[in-house]
Amino acid sequence: MIDSTVVDLSRLQFAATALYHFIFVPLTLGLSWLLVVMEAAYVMSGKEIYRDMTKFWGKLYGINFALGVTTGITMEFQFGTNWAYYSHYVGDIFGAPLAIEGLMAFFLESTMVGLFFFGWNRLSKAGHLAVTALMALGTNLSAVLILIANGWMQDPVGSAFNPVTMRMELTDFAALVFNPVAQSKFVHTVAAGYVTGSLFVLGISSWYLLKGKHVEFAKRSFRIAAAFGLAGTLSVIVLGDESGYAVSESQKSKLAAIEAMWETEPAPAGFNLIASINEETQSNNWAIKIPYVLGLIATRSTSETLPGIREIRAENKERVKQGIEAVIALEALRKNPQDAELLASFNKVEKHLGYGLLVKKYSEDVRLATPEIIERAAHDSVPKVAPLFWTFRLMVVLGFALFALFALAFWASIKNTFQQKPWLLRWALYFIPAPWVAIHSGWIVAEYGRQPWTVFGVLPTHLSASSLSAASLYGSIAGFVGFYTLLLIAEMYLMFKYARLGPTALQSNNA
Amino acid sequence: MFDYLTLKLIWWLLVGVLLIGFAIMDGHDMGVGALLPVIGKDDTDRRVMINSVAPHWDGNQVWFITAGGAIFAAWPFVYATAFSGMYWALLLVLFALFFRPVGFEYRSKLTNPAWRTAWDWGLFAGSAVPALVFGVAFGNLFQGVPFHLDDTMRSFYSGSFWALLNPFALLTGVVSLSLLALQGATFLAHRSEGALQARARTAGNVLVIVLLAAFSGAGVWVSQIDGYVIASIPDIGSALNPLMKTVTRQPGAWFANYQKLPILWLVPALAYLGGLLVLAGLRGGKTLLAFVGSSLACLSVILTAGIALFPFILPSSEHPVSSLTAWDATSSYVTLNVMFWVALIFTPIVLAYTSWAYHVMRGKITREFITANDKALY
Repeated sequence: MIDSTVVDLSRLQFAATALYHFIFVPLTLGLSWLLVVMEAAYVMSGKEIYRDMTKFWGKLYGINFALGVTTGITMEFQFGTNWAYYSHYVGDIFGAPLAIEGLMAFFLESTMVGLFFFGWNRLSKAGHLAVTALMALGTNLSAVLILIANGWMQDPVGSAFNPVTMRMELTDFAALVFNPVAQSKFVHTVAAGYVTGSLFVLGISSWYLLKGKHVEFAKRSFRIAAAFGLAGTLSVIVLGDESGYAVSESQKSKLAAIEAMWETEPAPAGFNLIASINEETQSNNWAIKIPYVLGLIATRSTSETLPGIREIRAENKERVKQGIEAVIALEALRKNPQDAELLASFNKVEKHLGYGLLVKKYSEDVRLATPEIIERAAHDSVPKVAPLFWTFRLMVVLGFALFALFALAFWASIKNTFQQKPWLLRWALYFIPAPWVAIHSGWIVAEYGRQPWTVFGVLPTHLSASSLSAASLYGSIAGFVGFYTLLLIAEMYLMFKYARLGPTALQSNNA
Repeated sequence: MFDYLTLKLIWWLLVGVLLIGFAIMDGHDMGVGALLPVIGKDDTDRRVMINSVAPHWDGNQVWFITAGGAIFAAWPFVYATAFSGMYWALLLVLFALFFRPVGFEYRSKLTNPAWRTAWDWGLFAGSAVPALVFGVAFGNLFQGVPFHLDDTMRSFYSGSFWALLNPFALLTGVVSLSLLALQGATFLAHRSEGALQARARTAGNVLVIVLLAAFSGAGVWVSQIDGYVIASIPDIGSALNPLMKTVTRQPGAWFANYQKLPILWLVPALAYLGGLLVLAGLRGGKTLLAFVGSSLACLSVILTAGIALFPFILPSSEHPVSSLTAWDATSSYVTLNVMFWVALIFTPIVLAYTSWAYHVMRGKITREFITANDKALY
């Protein structure tokens, strides 16, 4: 049996390192385009203040970028070190976008970032601007490929199980790349990065304005960030809605859990604004409900019904039973791979194989699965409701608050009144952490919401981990926590120091 | 266009190309990092060294990332088994690598000498430790790694981290460390001047001798190690899993490919030719020639090891049947085919803009340049 402690610790380590990595990535995504806009303004207007803006925000970009790179290496190797069976089982598909990411995107970004910092005196104005743009392009291409990989985990298209190699294999590359789940996730995610970068610039510029420092510099930065941030928040919200639609197609369990929708409701379903969730009785003690809204968001129709959690669990119970047959048929087939009859009987139940594997959490030999174990496996097929319900709502509330902030900031920058609105400047300054909170909530909704699977409907998380000892996991988690804490302290120290210095950091001797 | 068997061979070569690319490109900035406390006598020296690779280290590191990604995509069995089995070796490399991006970027952002010294040692560790561990890992491949696969293809590793650090593997670790340090020394000789350049040349001369001695020694030692041979395997052009073959161990088997195809002896010979070019280049002031010679040695050493092991990638000492080979540890036909075209299109593009970046940043880094651009440089 696989040690549950090892699985839990592996999940903890993955979540911690992924969320930590995702402190730096969104800022890189957003700042890179802001640098392009600022430098384009420099090239077009010839005003040196725009070059200084590019260089100064570029310095902060660099401080952040270094940790993004550092923690990104962890992500690539962790699939192999800690999720070895996952890597074996789906590497044929999942590995491809990761390798393409290196070759197509990360090389571009990393080569150009060197020229961005050190090529100012060696390239023409337009040449340097092209380098900055290619750097931003590389960063965003990276995100496309990572989200193609993640999109496949959410909705495993274009692939089939091969009993000879005991794994999933790629059958349709185009389906993998153009997976609609990946497309909407990509825009939603990068746009969230644009919001993060914009608020970073907006908030720090507001601080300069509140202090009356670097005013010309701050005003220009504020305007650019306000416009870009408004576009970003709009995209996040529209594509967040699109993601919701995609989820309703591919992961009804996630949607039902996010909405704490225990019973199947007549279409169009209502949206629970807030609710008191009771996991034991599989119901809500009370809820404040807006009629029709969920059905409209999730199905784009007034007639399609959405299944509730109880119904999903009941359906999945049948799939678990069929899945047990699939596991047994596969074992027989592996003993006699040439037997056409065994192959035929496996093929009949193959699509339920993943649900049969859910049983392995409780019984290594699926033949020994009691009705109680089957019940538990089916129960597992929908994640815990409360964490999803609340992180989703936190994300959405912050999303709309950010939209309000950027709409007001944009309006004030058109009217040129933001310097007279200290409350707006303070809001921007103190709200700098908000995008990160929203983004991390979003990650939890997407990844925790996919449980109990690493690959939805195909491979349970429980089977995906490496055969390591708990001691190794405790050791590596301690190592990551120690290293990452020290690195974060160094990063924050430099970030605050250089943000305080402002554009004088470009010349000042104590820089 | 290609059949499955051809694609399996192509991907063995492509992973080799990526590893060689890594050794040549990331190798020279790791080499510079490894030499940082050895030949960088003062802060300005060390900044010259760091800034000689400053615009490029990040792009070069992607050779490492892409090699990892390519192994994941093309040989998922190897990625899963090697990385989880050699867990602590991998984490050691990872933790060491943490020091590099931050070391480069943060080191000169404060003037405090203790801060700078701490990051210098970080950069040293981030460069020297991975360089050493890669060789140690290769050394362990020749001896077999203690793992087995169960019938669901889950891998179990039964060795310990400390067992990886055996005498033979430490010798191959010396090969890889001296190889990458030599890349750094020749690169630095090309990009620096004056006293620092003289020290880089001295280091290069010493490292050539160490490299060739360790490489020769490892070659002799390998003849005393039992190699692995595939005794039987179904059609290697079809979809296989590792448990479908039988494997035996035989003394001297790691030389079998060279005996079958004697022209392959030219591959290890190139390492010595490369060494001679380094010595000649450093002596005659032709520093670019020295760098080319050192790069040739990188190519030779990696290919020599790869050919000796072929078709084995990760032999299993505990359960030889579980050994992973270029025939049965690969991805499906579809994936290998798609990824081949991706590599064919994007590798030349990467090489083109990388060359352009080096061209833009060409020329020597001087102490005066560092002082004049104190704030803008690493």
